[in-house]
Amino acid sequence: MDVLLDIPVLGFILQFLVYLVQVIGSGHIAPIILGLATPIALGALCGVMNERSGVVNIGIEGMMLFSAYVAFMTALFVHQAFPAEPGALFGATPALIAGVVAGIAAGMLISLLHAWLSISVRADQIISGTIINITALGLTSYLNRLIKPFDSAGTFQSFRPPAGLVNLPGIGWLLEMFTAVGPIAMSVLVLVIITQVMLFRSRWGLRTRAVGEHPKAADTVGINVIALRYRNVLIGGVFAGLAGAYLTLEATGSFQNNMTAGRGFIALAAMIFGRWTPLGAFGGALLFMGSQAIGVAIRLAPPSGDLGTFLAGIQQAYPSIYNNFFTGLPYLLTIIVLAGVVGRSNAPAADGKPYEKESPT
Amino acid sequence: MSVAQSPPPRLQMRGITKRFPGVIANDKIDLDVKAGEIHALLGENGAGKTTLMNVLFGLARPDEGEILIDGNPVQIADPADAIARGIGMVHQHFMLIPVLTVAENILLGAETMANPIFLDRSEARRRIIELGKRFGFELDPDAKVETLSVGWQQRVEILKALYRQARILVLDEPTATLTPQETVEVFAVIRRLAAEGHSIIFISHKLYEVLEIADRITVIRRGQVVGSRLPSETNEDDLAALMVGRQVKLAVDRGTSHPAEPVLTVENLKVKSDRGQEVVRGVNFSVRAGEILGIAGVAGNGQDELVEAITGLRRSTEGVVRLAGEDITGWTVRQRREHGLGYVPGDRQKYGLVLGFPISDNLVLTQYYKSPFARGIQKQDAAIEQWAQRTIEEFDIRTPSWAVPAGTLSGGNQQKVIVAREFSRDLKALVLDQPTRGLDVGSIEFIHKQAIGKRDAGTGILLVSAELDEILELSDRIAVMYRGEIVAVVDGRTANKEEIGLLMATGGRAPAKESPTGTSSQPGADPDTIRGGTS
Amino acid sequence: MKARLRSYAGLMLVPALSILLALLVASVLIIASGLVGTEKKVNLLLPLIAYRSLIVGAFGNFKGIANMVVAAAPLMLTGLAVGVGLKAGLFNIGATGQVLSGGLAAALIGMQVADAPVLIAIPVAMLGGMLAGALAGFIPGFLKAFTGAHEVVTTIMLNALIQLIVSGLVNDVFRAPGFSFARTAPVGSAELTGLGNTTLHLGVIFALVCIPLSYWLLWRTTVGFEIRAVGANPTAAFYAGMKPRRMMILTMSLCGAFAGLAGAIEVLRLGYYPAVFGTGIGFDGITVALLGQSNPIGIMLSALLLGAMRAGAPLMQIQARVPVEIIDVIQGIILIFLAAEIVVRKIFRLRTAGVGAGELQTITRTYGEKVVG
Repeated sequence: MDVLLDIPVLGFILQFLVYLVQVIGSGHIAPIILGLATPIALGALCGVMNERSGVVNIGIEGMMLFSAYVAFMTALFVHQAFPAEPGALFGATPALIAGVVAGIAAGMLISLLHAWLSISVRADQIISGTIINITALGLTSYLNRLIKPFDSAGTFQSFRPPAGLVNLPGIGWLLEMFTAVGPIAMSVLVLVIITQVMLFRSRWGLRTRAVGEHPKAADTVGINVIALRYRNVLIGGVFAGLAGAYLTLEATGSFQNNMTAGRGFIALAAMIFGRWTPLGAFGGALLFMGSQAIGVAIRLAPPSGDLGTFLAGIQQAYPSIYNNFFTGLPYLLTIIVLAGVVGRSNAPAADGKPYEKESPT
Repeated sequence: MSVAQSPPPRLQMRGITKRFPGVIANDKIDLDVKAGEIHALLGENGAGKTTLMNVLFGLARPDEGEILIDGNPVQIADPADAIARGIGMVHQHFMLIPVLTVAENILLGAETMANPIFLDRSEARRRIIELGKRFGFELDPDAKVETLSVGWQQRVEILKALYRQARILVLDEPTATLTPQETVEVFAVIRRLAAEGHSIIFISHKLYEVLEIADRITVIRRGQVVGSRLPSETNEDDLAALMVGRQVKLAVDRGTSHPAEPVLTVENLKVKSDRGQEVVRGVNFSVRAGEILGIAGVAGNGQDELVEAITGLRRSTEGVVRLAGEDITGWTVRQRREHGLGYVPGDRQKYGLVLGFPISDNLVLTQYYKSPFARGIQKQDAAIEQWAQRTIEEFDIRTPSWAVPAGTLSGGNQQKVIVAREFSRDLKALVLDQPTRGLDVGSIEFIHKQAIGKRDAGTGILLVSAELDEILELSDRIAVMYRGEIVAVVDGRTANKEEIGLLMATGGRAPAKESPTGTSSQPGADPDTIRGGTS
Repeated sequence: MKARLRSYAGLMLVPALSILLALLVASVLIIASGLVGTEKKVNLLLPLIAYRSLIVGAFGNFKGIANMVVAAAPLMLTGLAVGVGLKAGLFNIGATGQVLSGGLAAALIGMQVADAPVLIAIPVAMLGGMLAGALAGFIPGFLKAFTGAHEVVTTIMLNALIQLIVSGLVNDVFRAPGFSFARTAPVGSAELTGLGNTTLHLGVIFALVCIPLSYWLLWRTTVGFEIRAVGANPTAAFYAGMKPRRMMILTMSLCGAFAGLAGAIEVLRLGYYPAVFGTGIGFDGITVALLGQSNPIGIMLSALLLGAMRAGAPLMQIQARVPVEIIDVIQGIILIFLAAEIVVRKIFRLRTAGVGAGELQTITRTYGEKVVG
């Protein structure tokens, strides 16, 4: 093994892989990956909800951003009106819970706009989504300037799993990943599994898939295409709203302009990568954001040996490029995966096509 | 065949009127159907048959008129209402979802539930198999619909209606894409359904079929009922005159052809589908100057890929395509056109036209870069307009102006734009893919005459059509395509319809036990690896 | 001619009404802003005060007008970067990244030719910016054509990536010594200095020339015919012997060049490239293009409108205490009304339009699908 690691370039890559396995297995990095992947996975679930029923949603980014703001401000107002000590579980306060609820409501509100524009008005769905992104960015920046919040309602706290669980050999890191996190991140796996099962086993799922593939056929067996699409887009809004609330109330405890930073689009790519299935999309989210977590891992547990020296050298000489490299990895990975995968995956056949009931012949 | 004894009829439609912007699709139409009756609705494409049935099925709201079932007036606001009243419809373009299974398609909208949330798939499977047995077709509920042949897909559609306990069954052009043998089988099913007391509305524009199957025939033209007949009292000429509104010759006079040297030759051509399966498997033929070679075959046997490989829209994996002796296999679409290949595509809205562009631009869509339509990279609009005006007149394209978007034209006139564009050049060879699909009799006649004219001018024509009647009417020679191969070439003037139908259905091999996937409907479904129904 | 004029009037009607409606809706927000702002009272006249100061700020004097034109010039270019793409059925929301690459390239080349004559330095630096922008547009065009990766996602990702790359380069590689913040060295004679005591500069002319140039390209040439045919129906274009893939790549590169030129103008106006180059012109280009119905003349008018808002907004913030970000909100609302064209037509009881814009359908149709030919 040691001999292999000494080979130039290849050995270097091997060293890096060995390091990765070690750091994920023992470095407490796994929960960080889930944390980074949470908004992506939730956004991707929003995408699955929409696109499986035939509505393209490019506006996830804007929905997340608006929800993040509404969640944050609601929590803040409630916190100022009714200050409360953090609860024992997740450090939850009435303010934080109210914030999450408001964030979800905000997500649904914007979804309603998207549903109306793309289903009823039959506007171009990609344009509609883009408009939502532009409006959400403008509105939140405007409001954020108008009402400058200097306070915060704090954040949910991560659960502390018992040490015995985390230190279990082999799967300890996996258990840690899904338990040593806050409530929203913890709910992601559950939501992913529920939507996966519902989509392929329930009546709603069958009808959703039918409407996304061939709305006219669904209509001819008495399914209300318009209502189903509305409902699905609104459910999608719940996920986007939850993702927004996560950003401000679980991940950071503050709101910054444009804090979604393209996450809504990475979520779309994760959805495409996962071939429009919830489980696959979750996998995509972990993959994309796992790459960003590498940067965090190296900071928390610097590798030793040649690899460590090399990385330290680069960081010394090009600090900015070094940092930006890890920040940018998910974006790069998204492009690469999208380019590699699209040709071989099929979107729902009616994706993006508005349904018109009556037309001559 | 049972005869209804007691009025009122199972279904009555009274004074149905449906207007679309600029057209009256249905104008005070009356129609009644008795229990156990097969009632044919005969009319040209665009006469308003489908609209009337959409009204019946709740897919379109009538502006006037009423519907009575068993003598009681009913409101049918949407398909759910129609289904609840026992109306079932088998649409001309199947309302099946290809990527879902047979069971999922049948269940959809009438789900069998294990509990309020989840489906009971095993119970559903059991009921489907049982229902299938009752009507004599055994279907695998877990087969994906896209792997089934057209004929079997149609049975899934019929089963779908029966699963919902339909008593009135509408069959919209059910034989349009079937082989003659499959048509016979479907007729048997229809008669059996009628014998069990179902009321059948049979929609068609094929005269001989209507005469064969119907108990009664109602003819509609331009949205109005123009007559009602019993099959015993009428004949094809009478029905044709009613349907079209004038005396029509049922077949064009194709005259004699004078084939010369081969202009379009295909040697051992192999082509893959989008899914990477070989769907054209070593095809050989040649079209001679001054003849029409027809390709007969059930849709999805590789015709689309064959045409695309000849015209340059798709790469072939093996083999050679020659145009006037020259190997054009690797050539681009434009090079082939420049060398004298014309092409009327099967899907005119997807391939043939830019619907948002004016007619004039569509007429030069393939030649816009050449003199006199362009000078350098400058487009010469005056020359384009002038040419458009002349062509519109010459090809009788009914339009207020060359400047209106092609999308505003009727289907027949849209096709004429394409025909005008392709036919007005000097061509060595011409590929006609479904040249008259969905058109009215007048347009069909016009296009057929143009094709004969082009043939007589010395162009070699390759005609691909799902309508066997059209192939028989125009072709000098007929090649039958089955599972990606040409299984036979016969003389067009002496060809026997049943014989060709059999070749289309079986490839001329010993007819094996009929299986649902006998011929695949899906371009790209690999014939060798298709999973089939129960057998 | 008369018919053509009437059709232009028809084209402009809905955008104009959308702007009107958006200003009305924004009034509510402005009134609300008075409530939470420093004065904490409802002032129904606040919108009027705000819009008045907006107009005065943009048109009040020659300086204001100059500011407006200077703000509008890059918006015309980014508007074209989006609008010409729309004509080819491509939704280029990557103008932001293309602006940044064009800007950095112009700054770096400007540094090299800092001592050359102005009439050489400026065009050379701008050309460099255009090429860099074209490259940034080429990438998503190529990916779309040959892998089917939709440009809406790839260009957004590229925006983020280019931002990171460019700031990394300026911080670590091209940082000029002697400044308190990370920036590149001065571009010297390539700098676009104001004419007289206004902010008007040479770059405005470059932008203005691009408007008729792209009009001519789109409607008077065979290349434009191909671009529009691919945009309206790529499969028919392929059938007709055009090369949709090639046209998509070409168009995206052209769009990138427009955006790159816009970036060059903005950077050369500044005289250097700052590591934190916050510019919204790429994003604004989307509004400009949609509002201008992806027609070059419409794009010019929308750019002037948005330029006026941007130029007048600071005065509005001072006089009416309404944050400049209200402009972003107004943009969003304009676009919502524009998309809900049917609703606008209903409010004003207008006839509905005929055959819709095919190129928009293409954007959605190519989502998750491969491109032919």
